[in-house]
Amino acid sequence: MTTENKICFRHGMRDGSPIALGYFAVAFTLGIAARNAGLSSIQALIASALNNASAGEYAGFALIAAGSTYVEMAVMTLVVNARYLLMSCALSQKLKPDTSLRHRMLIAYDVTDEIFGICVAQPGYLNPWYAYGAIVVAIPGWALGTFFGVMMGNVLPTRVVSALSVGLYGMFLAIIIPPARKNRVIAGVVAVGFAASFLVNRLPLFDGVSTGIKTIALTVALALAAAVLFPTDTKSSVGALDSENASHSP
Amino acid sequence: MEHNIWIYLLVMAAVSYLIRMAPLVLIRKEITNKYLRSFLFYVPYATLAVMTFPAIMEATQVPAAGLCALIAGIILAWKGCSLFQVAVLCCAVAFLVELLPIF
Repeated sequence: MTTENKICFRHGMRDGSPIALGYFAVAFTLGIAARNAGLSSIQALIASALNNASAGEYAGFALIAAGSTYVEMAVMTLVVNARYLLMSCALSQKLKPDTSLRHRMLIAYDVTDEIFGICVAQPGYLNPWYAYGAIVVAIPGWALGTFFGVMMGNVLPTRVVSALSVGLYGMFLAIIIPPARKNRVIAGVVAVGFAASFLVNRLPLFDGVSTGIKTIALTVALALAAAVLFPTDTKSSVGALDSENASHSP
Repeated sequence: MEHNIWIYLLVMAAVSYLIRMAPLVLIRKEITNKYLRSFLFYVPYATLAVMTFPAIMEATQVPAAGLCALIAGIILAWKGCSLFQVAVLCCAVAFLVELLPIF
């Protein structure tokens, strides 16, 4: 590992630590769902270590409990996790074009909302070691949280679990707000995103639509509208996806 | 027919991984199309915004606690607080609001 990679790895671990804490709390509640579906704590641990997806796992556990077919499981996982497809597309533009296949395959393992968020907030091209640093602390938080959730059920006071689960959203805000302050279009995307998401979640019209589908549809609609109305400057490097906006990161 | 939990887990894991891996492995070059680049540039902000609200109000026992945490988070992030500071202070705000006797 070069010195630069070591520094990036440490930065990744630093930024990954609050994610790991938040994951632990969220995964704890996920563990309770896993237990209800009949999984052992070891099975839940493995499910979380392999999937790294909150909504995807919730949906999966529900199907296990219902005794669905394996095909249904595959389709459901695909639909609920489809937003990761979009995130990976965006993340591909943060990688240096000559990034090796091995690095690409390893980073892909843990493209989650949070890891993706901190990775795109990095200035310039993403150093894979930054992602690895975040991943090595985040995955244990996620997997162990699920493990203990199955084992100990409701041992943490509900108030503590609910307060901790807000931390993940705090992290999202720390990622999207500073660039929104500097770029009016991003600010508009965020504001319209909040409003549209609120409406779609509250209007009875969309009751039958899963959260995953809503997220994808809104993301595509918003990003598409912003891209058509306010295309970004083509001269700036995409590798520096938002380098000028990422100066907030310490 | 009795289903095996391990096979379920294998199916979930395989699909989850393939979704994430395919774009990273297949898109090797910088995309030059102006609109496609812009689209991908806006995706993170759109998706994180959509996922934050109103979900933050459903994460807490009392919706008002989530709402207060959201407002606090926006102000703190605007002021330039770090990722960790924003996350921890949001938790603290949500926790304190839920302690209020009015709930």
